[in-house]
Amino acid sequence: MNYYETVQTALFFLTLLVLLKPMGAYMAGVYQGERTFLSPLLLPCENLIYRICGVERSEEMGWRRYAGAMLLFNLVLFAGLLAMLLLQHLLPLNPQKLPSFSWQLALNTAVSFVTNTNWQAYSGESAVSYFTQAVGLAVHNFVSAATGMAVAIALIRGFARRKSSLIGNFWVDMTRGVLYILLPISLVAALVLVSQGVIQNFSEYKSTPLLQATTYDKPKLDDKGNAIKDAKGNPITENVTVKEVTIPMGPVASQEAIKELGTNGGGFFNANSAHPFENPTPLSHYLQILLILLIPGALTHTFGLMVGNSRQGWALLGVMLLLLIGSFCVLQWAEVNGNPLLAGLGLQGANMEGKELRFGLSGTNLFTVATTGTSCGAVTAMHDSLTPLGGMIPLALMLLGEIVFGGVGSGLYTMLAFAVVAVFVSGLMIGRTPEYLGKKIEVREMWLAMITILTAGIVVLIASGIAMITPAAVASMANPGAHGLSEILYAYASMANNNGSAFAGLGANINFHNILGSLAMLLGRYLPAVAVLAMAGSLGEKKYVPPSLGTLPTDKAPFALWLTLVILVVGALTFFPALSLGPIIEHLTMWGK
Amino acid sequence: MSKHAAQTISLFHGGIIRSALLDSLKKLDPRILWRNPVMFCVEIAGVITLVTFALSLAGLNKEPAWFTGSVSVWLWLTVIFATFAEALAEGRGKARAASLRKSRTDVTAKLLKKPEFGGDFTTVGAGQLRKGDHILVEAPEIIAGDGDVVAGAALVNEAAVTGESAPVVRESGGDRSAVTGGTEVIANAIIVRITANPGETFLDRMISLIEGAKRRKSPNEVALEVLLVALTVVFLLVCANISPLSIYSVKSAGQGTPISLTILVALFVCLAPTTIAALLPAIGIAGMDRLFQKNVIALSGRAIEAAGDVNILLLDKTGTITLGNREAVAFVPVGGYTERELAEIALMASLADETPEGRSIVLLAMKSYGLNPEALPPDAEIIAFSADTRLSGINTGGMQYRKGASDSTISFVKRLGARAIPDTLEDVVDKIARGGATPLVVCRDSDIFGVINLKDIVKGGIQERFQQLRSMGIKTIMVTGDNPLTAAAIAAEAQVDDFLAQAKPEDKLRLIREYQEAGYMVAMTGDGTNDAPALAQADVAVAMNTGTQAAKEAANIIDLDSNPTKLLDIVEVGKQILMTRGNLTTFSISNDIAKYFAIIPAMMLSIYPRLGILNVMHLSTPFSAILSAVIFNGAIIPLLIPLALKGTKFRPMPAEKLLIHNLLVYGVGGIIAPFVGIKAIDLLVSMLTM
Repeated sequence: MNYYETVQTALFFLTLLVLLKPMGAYMAGVYQGERTFLSPLLLPCENLIYRICGVERSEEMGWRRYAGAMLLFNLVLFAGLLAMLLLQHLLPLNPQKLPSFSWQLALNTAVSFVTNTNWQAYSGESAVSYFTQAVGLAVHNFVSAATGMAVAIALIRGFARRKSSLIGNFWVDMTRGVLYILLPISLVAALVLVSQGVIQNFSEYKSTPLLQATTYDKPKLDDKGNAIKDAKGNPITENVTVKEVTIPMGPVASQEAIKELGTNGGGFFNANSAHPFENPTPLSHYLQILLILLIPGALTHTFGLMVGNSRQGWALLGVMLLLLIGSFCVLQWAEVNGNPLLAGLGLQGANMEGKELRFGLSGTNLFTVATTGTSCGAVTAMHDSLTPLGGMIPLALMLLGEIVFGGVGSGLYTMLAFAVVAVFVSGLMIGRTPEYLGKKIEVREMWLAMITILTAGIVVLIASGIAMITPAAVASMANPGAHGLSEILYAYASMANNNGSAFAGLGANINFHNILGSLAMLLGRYLPAVAVLAMAGSLGEKKYVPPSLGTLPTDKAPFALWLTLVILVVGALTFFPALSLGPIIEHLTMWGK
Repeated sequence: MSKHAAQTISLFHGGIIRSALLDSLKKLDPRILWRNPVMFCVEIAGVITLVTFALSLAGLNKEPAWFTGSVSVWLWLTVIFATFAEALAEGRGKARAASLRKSRTDVTAKLLKKPEFGGDFTTVGAGQLRKGDHILVEAPEIIAGDGDVVAGAALVNEAAVTGESAPVVRESGGDRSAVTGGTEVIANAIIVRITANPGETFLDRMISLIEGAKRRKSPNEVALEVLLVALTVVFLLVCANISPLSIYSVKSAGQGTPISLTILVALFVCLAPTTIAALLPAIGIAGMDRLFQKNVIALSGRAIEAAGDVNILLLDKTGTITLGNREAVAFVPVGGYTERELAEIALMASLADETPEGRSIVLLAMKSYGLNPEALPPDAEIIAFSADTRLSGINTGGMQYRKGASDSTISFVKRLGARAIPDTLEDVVDKIARGGATPLVVCRDSDIFGVINLKDIVKGGIQERFQQLRSMGIKTIMVTGDNPLTAAAIAAEAQVDDFLAQAKPEDKLRLIREYQEAGYMVAMTGDGTNDAPALAQADVAVAMNTGTQAAKEAANIIDLDSNPTKLLDIVEVGKQILMTRGNLTTFSISNDIAKYFAIIPAMMLSIYPRLGILNVMHLSTPFSAILSAVIFNGAIIPLLIPLALKGTKFRPMPAEKLLIHNLLVYGVGGIIAPFVGIKAIDLLVSMLTM
């Protein structure tokens, strides 16, 4: 990194760290039902919502009711979005007269947005109407994020409460999460983005003549939209000359802010945050990274405050930061080293293929680790075009279970499940029944923690295994060999961990991926979420064990390092064989000459 | 525990090893083995490799038969090592149970119609006795069942249960009324009310506990098993995932062969946490057995583990912190008398006092002033200590010699018309009390001569013990009937963290409840019937074997030696069990890193030769690499059996330091050891297969 990049990156992290504390404290206030500086404005709206929906705000729920409400609410939202996608051609605000989705793609898309994954097997500008974007997808960006936060808050209450089976009111947590946290920040951020040039309109797509006609090789597609390949498996191309371009329009800014803030990541356009209408300037770029990391990072402080020891939260943040900065450094190193095969052709220097030049190497790399370490999945670079080891970083960040800041809420609760496991083993090693935050970790908690941290990994192992021997899936890879394997592995890692970013290079819109992917996203989202709520209930009922000299302090560096090790070892042991057949062998082959 | 040396059965005694070997084969029965899910999976893996071995022999499998055969043998050995470890841990207990069972056979009892001596009785077998029956036991007879002495007193030899050959007195009333079935009355006769039905007696429970027949997994053990099973499932899927990935890679690379079933199964067994799963049952059994060696019977594994979690220890002062008896150390005269005069009067007042304190007064008088205790004068009227007067002494030659608590003695002399109490008395009494000793005021008639300083002797080395406990985060609380002044002084000397003075049994119960309410785990020892409620309330309750039946029933741990400091040993064993499990889990999982570096390049070499770069150990051939990993994985189990049975060495230190220490030894050690081990085995294997 050069001087400016270093300063830029350091400034970014400084800004982030400064913001986390007030943000975390604000969220703790919101979820504990306190008055905030926005209350004078928002309390009437909040009360109105409760009155209309018949919610008694002081009535708390046990974990089963909470989980039931969460699942029911998500089911209704899913059904709504599914209907909207299937009936898109009948609905208003569709100036391009875009047709409806096939049921498989609609299923995949609806599941994807309701699970906070935002895996997109379509391209936004050529498939989704303004109505679907604004009323369907944007709404899901808010509520799926609020759902994740509600589950995390319920778990925190389980840790904080003593001998109580109640973990909060789902409807109140949802309402307050959207109203006090997501909406105000999105509103402000959207305005800032507009100031930078992000568009916000409902006009028809614009057409404009090119100053210079371009000619390029376009892959031939069959009627299903898949690339036609020759005998060697390489796509057949045809020569095309373009003289005029269509410029897509739309209500982008309103969706852009929440796309990052809610770690959703579903781009308005196919190019996602690499598109100049989504992400026009370096300032908007860093603002987007900030939005991605803001809530997941700040939730660690919310956690610390709510359990009455903010150091507990900072310890988790430390683990996350360590992994994030570590990944960033490896990615930066791999990309700076570039591709030796190109060097042989006289192209020296860093690997810039697939990167948005406006944001530079370090800016792009920072976005890449932020978007895959959290479950955001928005992209400013083609992850497919990273060097093999560089590409393994976003893949590994997802495979670790989306805990490097992680999704809004889901990052914290998965990290807490890891902490429970780390506490369990270390507790045994010091000769005590393990306890975390004064709560004894027993059989039930172990089951639930294991379900929470292992579900996504298990889904990836099964789904990628099935895909590798399914001809349709193999045919959907744009590249043969180890790189193709990485593409499949990445796709299922992304879906099972509810990230939603794509490695690119994979023909995602085939029935196989749409249906298996839907299943992966559903399992990866709801099994851990329900397990976490059950854990919240079980922990809440326990009494509090006061710490003594014999208690392992979980708010200090040794435990944080141990937790980091546990995370890395679980991830490495689960995925080392698969990675060795993908990015690792690709790297060895590339540098082998 | 040298006095039980004769009873200690060596772990590696030939007979035990032989029967453990036999048992380890019996435990291969899948109906038994499925209770250990990880090892059950290894057994299935063993069956699969037997099939691939047969196919190799028949030429249907291209892998060489020496390879599939050796893998199969080592997978089976891995399972057998596991069952052997468990059988070995059980072996010592079984041998002891067998000797206990001998003392139970064919006992008859004299069943009384009415619980009185000289009543009618019928002779029945021990098996026919029921709760509430009364039996007569005369020397030399074996007591047919557990019970309470309701009449009489007898000398009982309890060696069958405690291993202690010196007989003890058992008598009706008080805290020494409990008798255990299987023990022998060697003098006098007693009437016993039976308190346990056949099959539920202490001896029966002890036998089944020792044999492990009733062993139930403790909650911690189950939670650890959840972790191990979950990891096993993941590793199963990792191996299942490699197969299709390798099929694809072979096609796209255009060379090599997909990974064979034998290799996948071998990889699975190496990755699965077999080391800890194999030793897990042995660790718990051996822990209970180590307590048996110390003559402590834990009525459940849960109780021992709870002992490891204890953060409050309630310790009775007498017998635990101080030597059982107070000792006279000084005579402090008042009112112008000399020390010698005081000693003479004190001697007289103590002549009839048979308590250890009384004897120590006599002894001090003899030693310091050369006084010779005379025989008790024939006219002496003995005034025994009573709770009302709180005085004792004798009346002889028209004089009343007394000693007792300060206020009791003062009111005694006042009643006799004392004109004035020496003004230095109060100071002296206060000073002695503040020093942690008990002041006994001595008088003859209405004259107060002075004060005897009866000192509590704090046991040697107890301060270090409490210091260790403190560093583990365990708070010690001394419970005593003494007044707060005395209690504070002894507490300071013994360096306990807190004390409860003038404690009544209900105070103990209240204290335990308060601590539990605040989330603490409380351990206590007790022997009297009035301790029973507190014992029942405590998380870890240790009853003395000399104690009453009620106390023993309320407790979850029984100390056959009746030594209250045993609680510290119990805490230690409880912690050792958990630590051994945790350390071996970390070790087991750390091992996987080296195994990946051995197996992954070996299994994928034919597809991607370049992956050979990951073969950092430079293992000679793919087959030898995989086999070496399998052998290491199996052979590490018997090497770790001694550690599992003896437990990780226990070091009292703060949690964080302990964790770092154990992580360095078992975590880092667990990463390095297999690299060395696998390389060494590979050298051997490649020499043999050359």
